[in-house]
Amino acid sequence: MGFPHPPHERETLVLSKYFGDKDAIGLDGWRKRGGYVALEQALKMSPAEIVSIVKESGLRGRGGAGFPTGVKWSFMKPGDGKPHYLCCNADESEPGTFKDREIMRWTPHALVEGCAIGAYAIGAEVAYIYIRGEYTEALAKMNAACKEAYAAGILGTNAMGTGKTVHVYVHKGAGAYICGEETALMNSLEGRRGNPRIKPPFPAVAGLFGQPTTINNVETLVAVPHILTNGAEWYKKFGRPDNPKSTGTKLFSVCGNIQKPGNYEVTLGFPFKDFLYDLCGGPLPGRQFKAIIPGGISVPIQTREEAENSPMDYEGFVANGTMLGSGGVIVIDDAQNLVKQIARAARFFAHESCAQCTQCREGTAWTTKILERIVAGEGSAEDLDTLLDIGENMTGKTICVLSDSCATPVKSGLDKFRGDFEALIKKKKVHMVPAQVA
Amino acid sequence: MSAAHNEMGEMHSPAHASHSDHRHPEGDYAPVFVGARKTELDELLTRYPTKMAALLPALWIVQEERGWVSSDGMAEVASLLDLTPAYVKGVVSFYTMYHQHPVGQHFIQVCTTSPCNVCGAEDVVNALLKHTGCEELGVTSPDGKYTVIEVECLGACGFNTPLMVNEKFIESVTVESVPALLASLG
Repeated sequence: MGFPHPPHERETLVLSKYFGDKDAIGLDGWRKRGGYVALEQALKMSPAEIVSIVKESGLRGRGGAGFPTGVKWSFMKPGDGKPHYLCCNADESEPGTFKDREIMRWTPHALVEGCAIGAYAIGAEVAYIYIRGEYTEALAKMNAACKEAYAAGILGTNAMGTGKTVHVYVHKGAGAYICGEETALMNSLEGRRGNPRIKPPFPAVAGLFGQPTTINNVETLVAVPHILTNGAEWYKKFGRPDNPKSTGTKLFSVCGNIQKPGNYEVTLGFPFKDFLYDLCGGPLPGRQFKAIIPGGISVPIQTREEAENSPMDYEGFVANGTMLGSGGVIVIDDAQNLVKQIARAARFFAHESCAQCTQCREGTAWTTKILERIVAGEGSAEDLDTLLDIGENMTGKTICVLSDSCATPVKSGLDKFRGDFEALIKKKKVHMVPAQVA
Repeated sequence: MSAAHNEMGEMHSPAHASHSDHRHPEGDYAPVFVGARKTELDELLTRYPTKMAALLPALWIVQEERGWVSSDGMAEVASLLDLTPAYVKGVVSFYTMYHQHPVGQHFIQVCTTSPCNVCGAEDVVNALLKHTGCEELGVTSPDGKYTVIEVECLGACGFNTPLMVNEKFIESVTVESVPALLASLG
């Protein structure tokens, strides 16, 4: 639902049905709402059956990459004699994204259940939920939910009385965007600096503690109990009829210059134009949308026209010059200095670079310096070529994609809003309506 | 759970922290991990196949108890987890949330990343500096009560401007609500 707003009639509430419902937070309340029925059912099935249903459902990773979840799970070889691990990525730090936070605040048991099912499906006895350190409320809720689940015999060495071992532990991060990168998260969990690892080996071969590991986003895992309970066919029905590659519902976090920021859950393929103007209430009074970043700050910036033309799914956003990413929708209106915001995004990446790779360490800082110079009215015409050249050298050349992510808003910004940069360089004032209008 | 070890596991030979000659900024150092806190660490160690994996949680315990992570705190953790103090410092310095110096009584971190920035986060920062008496970001106010810093995305972008005061998360702060917010901190 559009938390903190009441649900909109065009939303499809599956994962967010109980956002704002205090009684859903504790175990008793959660059970009254159908909690842990799916886990009980799952523990009676074979792991292969669960993987097959999830594969059939078409569920794809909700953290940003969109990799098919069932396929990822099938990389974990049963009976290899090694301990397997499940990591739940709750290091939600992609600017514009705040959906996992609401899942953990309002429905912590949904995540415990999703982790327990996921762990069992990949042959793991232990799942770690890595939550960013700043999410103090989510941490408290998740810790309390785990405690309740152990006390009730849902977790432990005899999970739900089946004799199977399922542990779910919460692990608190300590402030580092890069730990949302899967191998950096594993290093951090092992007690190391959060530097991403070179792949291969991929996590399914050698991940956490060097053992076969699967890592899934919070939203991905909480979808699993619903798929087991209602079936793959039910889940596949959510989506555009002409695009079977994107199925299910998705939470979109909406922020920036818009009437009703918050989280909204819609079926994949929902028209982005209706979403922005109908569900989220459109632009602030007297203003117009100028640029939209639909999937967290790492994805290319869209023009208003591109956004209004997009179906909200993996393929629909790609066809309109960007990516679905994490579903963090950042709206920037015509009262803003877009170049300043791109500079601010670059500063974010410069701050968060782990500094292992030269292209990233130097490139993010250099990009920031040039952009801030342009914003200050001290840029030169050749700065724009330099920015593109740096961006080119930052793309596809490093261990992880943080470097690429810094270059993306710069390259797409220059591609689609070059006039804004040039106007600042020529020291012309960019046309803006006064911010006080609202 | 089964005990898993790998080649990458305990790569650092155990060092004896007690022999290191680091400074003692807190004077006579009283160990953190005694009584309930030691029990807590022992329980944490059962969750992981390596001792090293308990490093971040152990450092959190130190910060909860002392308000920051001193060299002595790092040395104590190193000794308990069979790591070197230098290794622990390397990890501490990677993460922004561990304080390597004492901070003001109210440590205020304001999000100013792009989504909050377009909604006026910089004005909130300026209001905080003005009303706390902090001369600049990162410099504690003369009365020792406040430290204000900018922080990168707090993950509450729809509730701008969010900030943290120590471990407390506060949403939807505006220029107008700053004085009342500071008054409520005491």
